[in-house]
Amino acid sequence: MLRLEGLSKRYRTGDEALKGVDLEVPKGQVMALIGPSGAGKSTLIRCINRLVEPTGGRAILDGVDVTALGSSGLRQARRRMGMIFQEYALVERLTVMENVLSGRLGYVGFWRSWFRKYPQSDIDEAFRLLDRVGLTEFCDKRADELSGGQRQRVGIARALIQNPALLLVDEPTASLDPKTSRQIMRLICELCEERDLAAIINIHDVLLAQMFVPRIVGLRVGEVVYDGPADGLSPDVLTEIYGEEDWAATIKKDPDEDKDGDGAEDSTEEHMQGLT
Amino acid sequence: MPVRVEAGVKVWQRRDRNKQLAIWGGWFAVVLLFVYCWQIISVNTTWFFVWDSPRVAADIASRMVPPRWEYIYRIWDPLWDTINIATLGTVLALFMAVPVAFLAARNTTPNAYIVRPVALFIIVSSRSINSLIWALLLVSIIGPGVFAGTIAIALRSIGFCAKLLYEAIEEIDHTQVEAIEATGASRWQIMAYGIVPQIMPAFAGITVFRWDINIRESTVLGLVGAGGIGLQLSSSLNILAWPQVTLILIAILATVLVSEWVSAKVRHAII
Repeated sequence: MLRLEGLSKRYRTGDEALKGVDLEVPKGQVMALIGPSGAGKSTLIRCINRLVEPTGGRAILDGVDVTALGSSGLRQARRRMGMIFQEYALVERLTVMENVLSGRLGYVGFWRSWFRKYPQSDIDEAFRLLDRVGLTEFCDKRADELSGGQRQRVGIARALIQNPALLLVDEPTASLDPKTSRQIMRLICELCEERDLAAIINIHDVLLAQMFVPRIVGLRVGEVVYDGPADGLSPDVLTEIYGEEDWAATIKKDPDEDKDGDGAEDSTEEHMQGLT
Repeated sequence: MPVRVEAGVKVWQRRDRNKQLAIWGGWFAVVLLFVYCWQIISVNTTWFFVWDSPRVAADIASRMVPPRWEYIYRIWDPLWDTINIATLGTVLALFMAVPVAFLAARNTTPNAYIVRPVALFIIVSSRSINSLIWALLLVSIIGPGVFAGTIAIALRSIGFCAKLLYEAIEEIDHTQVEAIEATGASRWQIMAYGIVPQIMPAFAGITVFRWDINIRESTVLGLVGAGGIGLQLSSSLNILAWPQVTLILIAILATVLVSEWVSAKVRHAII
């Protein structure tokens, strides 16, 4: 569904952030992108929806070469790609509802969006999503009144109301505490499964990635150095991605951890309560 | 070198010796200049008038009290004009300042090499000319009266508002804009959702701040015939009607106090 062919990015400073990345993400597959800071993870996902303009290669979404689109074609392609940010990137002074509805901006005209006259179907969907992420009673609160975990949930709802085929997720848990991080990761993965969404999740936390995501891609100075199942991460592979370090404690082998990851579905409600 | 070794101990000073001497020399030059200037001023001053000034001041002050309270009925109208000049001038200025600010801000300008310099030039030229001078020009162009005053205030305020606003635009959080961009929003929607909410507090603050300044500025515009309370002030001064002058000064003071209070309230409500 998403195919990257030799995608590369050279910044004007001369830094080569991506050196011809080839990657294929089939429909409905959740993929984690790991790698050290500066490896080009953020650049990679921003090159897919062209928040960063790639300097070479192609990104093909459902048969459309996104890198070749003009501005209106790009807007249409962006509607198919929901993005979730590290620092939530909510419009702080707007309400939760306005933030969620802003995910529909690609579908409504300027004046409708300016006067907040969204179609009722969008509003229904916004309420459904807020309910799904456990924030129904927060819809009138301003975004800057929420906690980190709640904000990220709004960010998720905003991405999903676009009705995307693909989620681009940039460090969704880097600003969150360990418990909230797990809840957010679980929520993202569950939603992807429910809606048969593909996702590329940038993540620093290797353990968290292994816990929730079946496929892991390791990026190092702009090149893919590992692409395989989560349990294929050996000390050698991590050394290849990150460099020399004692990796024994980082690699998932504890059966308790496994259970925590797999038993996620049935305990969602309890986690929701913990958040509100 | 601020760090030197003395008997095996590292001694740190803020500046090395030469720099320190240069700074002392600089201050010495400033003092010399001051003394020299004072001497020139002293030679050019007719000291007789200066020694006389307390007596003259006391004389005028004694003529100024009591204020001529019944004159208040003559200044309600010009006072109301003054407030209108300030308010309408501010509104007009904002209509022009907002687009100029968006054209001048580095992150929203459509073209950094042609449009941005033009916008910056508008800002600088508006700011560099005092509203009294704008009023002088406009009175001779469109004739005396309230309209000239309003336009003068507006022209003077464009630069001020646009400058503060474009600085606010340049300081916004870019990730919020990125997030809106990523939804497939159009250029105008990005502005309306990503930028406008972020600059709203700055915009409101700048508006009341400038309105407050304009109330004070518009009180003097009448001196050059551009309407408002200043016209009454200058005619009273011309006929040496000191008790009227006192009353007008009191009225201006009261107006400014009220405007300060209002703008403080508004700013408080926003932040």
